[in-house]
Amino acid sequence: MNNRRQTIRDFTAESNLFLRRCLFAVLLCFTLILVVLNNLYSLQVEQFEDYQIRADGNRIKVIPVAPNRGIIYDRNGTIIAENRPVFNLEVSLEQVEDLDTLLDELQQLLELTPSDIARFERNRKRQRRFHPVTLIANMDEDMMALFSAQQHRFDGVAVEASLARYYPYGSALTHVLGYVSKINARDLNLIASWGAQSNYAASKNIGKQGVERYYEERLHGKVGYAQLEVDSKGRTLRILEQTPPQPGEDLILNIDIELQLYVQSLLADKKGSVVVSDPSDGGILAMYSSPSYDPNLFVNGISQKDYSKLIENNDRPLLNRAVQGQYPPASLIKPHLALLGLESQKITDTTHIQDKGYYQLEDVEHVWRDWLKRGHGKVDVQRSIVVSCDTFFYELAYKLGIDTIHEYMAQFGFGEHTNIDLLEESDGNLPSRGWKRARFNQPWYIGDTISVGIGQGYWTATPVQLVDSINTIINYGVKNRPKLLKASILDDLVITEPLNTAEPIRVLQKKNWDMVQQAMFDTVNTPQGTAFKAFSNSSYASAGKTGTAQLFSVGQDEDVDDLIIADYLKDNAMYLGYAPAKDPKLSVIVALENAGGGGSNAAPISRNVMDYWLGETH
Amino acid sequence: MPVSKTAMQQSDNFLARIHIDGWLLSGLLVLMSIGLLTIYSASGQDMELIQRQVIRLAIGLVAMFVLAQVPVSFYRNISPFVYGIGIVLLLSVLIIGVTGKGAQRWLDLGVFRFQPSEILKLFVPMTVAWYISKDGMPPSFKHLMVALLIVFIPTILIARQPDLGTSLLIASSGIFALFLAGMSWRIIALFALLIGSFAPIMWLFLMKAYQKQRVTTFLNPESDPLGAGYHIIQSKIAIGSGGLTGKGWLQGSQSQLEFLPEPHTDFIFAVFSEEFGFLGVIGLLLVYGFIVGRGLIIASRCQFLFSKLLAGSITLTFFVYVFVNMGMVSGLLPVVGVPLPLVSYGGTSMVTLMSGFGLLMAISTQKRVMSR
Repeated sequence: MNNRRQTIRDFTAESNLFLRRCLFAVLLCFTLILVVLNNLYSLQVEQFEDYQIRADGNRIKVIPVAPNRGIIYDRNGTIIAENRPVFNLEVSLEQVEDLDTLLDELQQLLELTPSDIARFERNRKRQRRFHPVTLIANMDEDMMALFSAQQHRFDGVAVEASLARYYPYGSALTHVLGYVSKINARDLNLIASWGAQSNYAASKNIGKQGVERYYEERLHGKVGYAQLEVDSKGRTLRILEQTPPQPGEDLILNIDIELQLYVQSLLADKKGSVVVSDPSDGGILAMYSSPSYDPNLFVNGISQKDYSKLIENNDRPLLNRAVQGQYPPASLIKPHLALLGLESQKITDTTHIQDKGYYQLEDVEHVWRDWLKRGHGKVDVQRSIVVSCDTFFYELAYKLGIDTIHEYMAQFGFGEHTNIDLLEESDGNLPSRGWKRARFNQPWYIGDTISVGIGQGYWTATPVQLVDSINTIINYGVKNRPKLLKASILDDLVITEPLNTAEPIRVLQKKNWDMVQQAMFDTVNTPQGTAFKAFSNSSYASAGKTGTAQLFSVGQDEDVDDLIIADYLKDNAMYLGYAPAKDPKLSVIVALENAGGGGSNAAPISRNVMDYWLGETH
Repeated sequence: MPVSKTAMQQSDNFLARIHIDGWLLSGLLVLMSIGLLTIYSASGQDMELIQRQVIRLAIGLVAMFVLAQVPVSFYRNISPFVYGIGIVLLLSVLIIGVTGKGAQRWLDLGVFRFQPSEILKLFVPMTVAWYISKDGMPPSFKHLMVALLIVFIPTILIARQPDLGTSLLIASSGIFALFLAGMSWRIIALFALLIGSFAPIMWLFLMKAYQKQRVTTFLNPESDPLGAGYHIIQSKIAIGSGGLTGKGWLQGSQSQLEFLPEPHTDFIFAVFSEEFGFLGVIGLLLVYGFIVGRGLIIASRCQFLFSKLLAGSITLTFFVYVFVNMGMVSGLLPVVGVPLPLVSYGGTSMVTLMSGFGLLMAISTQKRVMSR
């Protein structure tokens, strides 16, 4: 009972407190309304005339004008990416009286399909008012002639010229140049992160891949502005003032388009990549990844059908194998390992082994086989490279240990970007104890080291890393790393690009480097060498190393020759070489997927490239 | 209780039977009409847009009507549960939500997308009112702290999406409930101080780049006339050039020429001010004032503490919408993305607002039933 009275008394008190608070809230709202009203009074009554003038001033519209994108040339000045005028048929809706009739008549005249009309309707909904709507993008000449003759019949319809990116060599340079395409939401974030929103105010396209993406900011140029006087309906009356846009920089690449086209022809119907570089400066003369695709498809927006075709292709044309393909480097890195052995004095030029065709650790049953079943007999470091003896390198790797190997091969750039001017580049993998712990949570086993000795196991590298590493050997540790851009043109001045340099590898004894180079020379120029056949009767002396990467492990008791191996598990054929052996003009990596042996499949392609580059045409 | 049967009271009785407050409903309908007229002008006479808005308004009215039929005690009883569900939904937005316009606010339910922060606009004041009403007012210090926790957990979760506008509205709905419950002035002062010192921390650690940009632009719009300051400058030109009497319906050159950003959504007040002038604005404010006044009368008339607090909170939050929107469009406040309630085009927020009015009507008409 008592309790109940308490509640009732509370209720009255509560009600009063609530009422007081309500009144206070009303007071607060009232004050805030007065603040808003005071502000509006100052805008609408006190400053009315100012704002009225500014509203009239708004009849003058400032519109951004897109800059022309920089042109890209090859090393000889051939245009490889340009801007072509395209002609669009555009409809200014506010000038059209009867749109349906107009569309009917145009449809008859130009034989428009229902899907053209549907696209127009979509564009119309998206377009801002008083902006013309595109009816036909990229008209051909016939259509333009047809329309021009009848133009007087169509008020508010006009042919507008604009520039569109075009890649004259199509699929030959896709993985070098990349492409530009429509700016999407992700690109807008990117542009915002550069703080370049206003610079892209009028731009429709942006570089998405390759050189177009990497040098986007230099190719794009600077936006211009035009002040337009518009009438009360927003139509342009005249241009009052213009700040012209500044076109983007023109770029000159190290690429030689003739060589590039030749390389493309060599890789037709093959899956793989070729990178050709100039060892003197690391410039990329050619870089082709096969299969490729036509980048022009992307410029005006790729159709869903074409895109699915690219995505669903099992040979993965979108992959840039030259910088994204991660392969076991296999025997290609035997020269590097031999060099490490010599420089670290784990072996000397006279160290030799008796190769019986396999390698075995004491007290371990596992057998590591040489590719030659009967073995190579007595092999020293020189011969181990020439005949590509696996057993020698199993033992060398064992002597060196993974830590030493990792430390030295990292100096060659394995496991890291080469910093080539492409954002798509992969790192490959240079294994180490720490890596294996982090990746598999497992300790490093001796057996892991043995496989690394022949560039197998956990080791993967990209073709561009491999060609970079051979350049380092050629240059006695000096590193001029791969680079596509040779120079740029600003105000008619050709400005040479700085090279892509890196910390050199220290040379302990020059003769060790000479010896490795000599071994690669002998690989090509002595009858026992693995590349001898491919280069017989060539007019120059080259050097190189073959590689055959196993993608399939053969059981301990099985014989490779007895097995039928599926296509995608067949060996990768590789060749890494340079020519001429003295004062090299080019270095070449050929990496072919599932193509078999390196000496017989990859080396001949490398020879073709060298013949071409050193031949009469150059 | 003797009942005199005048015509007025008959209709009043009919409305009471279907749990509708006639005064409130008329105010809302006037606002909606003003909204439709202004959208029509702002969108460049786009009938399609008007149709869609009419459908939304109809959905809002139906939601209001349905919610008004439910006994208030039911709302009270489910408060803590729906609050829990709301928090779970907010967490799932942060983890698996869909990103749109740079912020993660949506849950994709397959059939439609759903924005959990919207329903919390109602669940938070409901839960605070439920919690305080258990023990009477003014709340003890301990109860106050718990209630603040109830408010700030969803506020912070929503601010992280990031959706500053909504989190601001939710925080104020909760705080209004506490204020009306008699939270002591000393604590109010303390909080004002805390928020003041919290601002630099927000700036440094919590706000995203685009939010910071809005604030800098707000402080000096002329610094970036073609970029972010554009909205505010154009909006002020529209309002100012409207003058005392306005340029007339469909005659605003700013809005007609598309100098105004989003003229039919968040910036619709600029269009309204341009076309109807300062006098029109006073008229619009009177309508809003009428609705707020009616809401507070409903709140103070009902008996139960839960109903009082909820009705008061819903009404005052509605006012915050109006103040923040008008403030941002006229350059008093930074742009935070709050619509002008029931006038701006679109949005889930319209349905939430109308649901709030549904609760208000349930409270206003059912008090009589309960007091029998």
